[in-house]
Amino acid sequence: MMLGNCATSSSLSTESDEDIVNNNLTVLVVDDSPMIRKLHDMHLKKFGLKVQVAENGKNAVDLFRSGASFNLILMDKEMPIMDGAEVTKELRTMGVTSMIVGVTSLDSIFDRQAFMEAGLDHCFTKPLTTENIIFLLQELNKKNNEEN
Amino acid sequence: MDVVNQLQRQFLDYSASLHREGFLDDQFTQLQKLQDENSPDFVVEVASLFFEDCEKLINNMARALEQQGVDFKQVDASVHQLKGSSSSIGAMRVKNVCIAFRSFCEAQNREGCLRCLQQVTHEYSLLKNKLQTLFRLEQQILAAGGSVPAIE
Repeated sequence: MMLGNCATSSSLSTESDEDIVNNNLTVLVVDDSPMIRKLHDMHLKKFGLKVQVAENGKNAVDLFRSGASFNLILMDKEMPIMDGAEVTKELRTMGVTSMIVGVTSLDSIFDRQAFMEAGLDHCFTKPLTTENIIFLLQELNKKNNEEN
Repeated sequence: MDVVNQLQRQFLDYSASLHREGFLDDQFTQLQKLQDENSPDFVVEVASLFFEDCEKLINNMARALEQQGVDFKQVDASVHQLKGSSSSIGAMRVKNVCIAFRSFCEAQNREGCLRCLQQVTHEYSLLKNKLQTLFRLEQQILAAGGSVPAIE
């Protein structure tokens, strides 16, 4: 288990991938591509995360409206009906404080900046890497420690 | 065991050639590492979804480029999506064509776009055949009682 500021559980002097396998964190993957949803699902489950998928932004918003909550949301940008920036703004307006991370193939810095300004905590370029996931888990653990 | 060793060697050599010739990059190796005994068909399933994506997007691009007044934003949207999919599976040559394709969309150059459409169709077909060959080699190894060697 990853140690943030909290010195409980078995202490390890160096962090390894195994240290941050986490059985408590939930993730919502929002992407209109079945291939990307499958990839992220598999990759995140390797780290012990509980994954749910939404195939568009409207489904993601409806999930939150029905009372669902997640520690982390991975958000694609280009989606039909509501794009990732619109969904992010809507979720933040609804009071969602989960970590929202953009995962996009947007090239332009201007477009990425606009996506960040919609309310993202971080934005990564596709494809999501193991290093990205490790970073996010570390950030989530920090966030949990600050909130407790 | 000779047959298994031979097939395993064939698989490794073929895989190495796909990387050497730029069809696949390290992202594909990362996908292979995600596959495990609980999801033994993971890579094949992802590849199938990728092929479906390619066909749908290439059709969208072709239809958009056929129009009298080409909507280059629409073409670009499909190319952008294909670029994202191809980089996520490690389809390097397809991805590289998409990068060039996007420049022609930005320049609203119909001829350039049509050439890229032809190229991306060609690269996708080549990759599809090569991956099908790779997956067949895997099946042959398993049918002969061996295990598929890990790619480093």
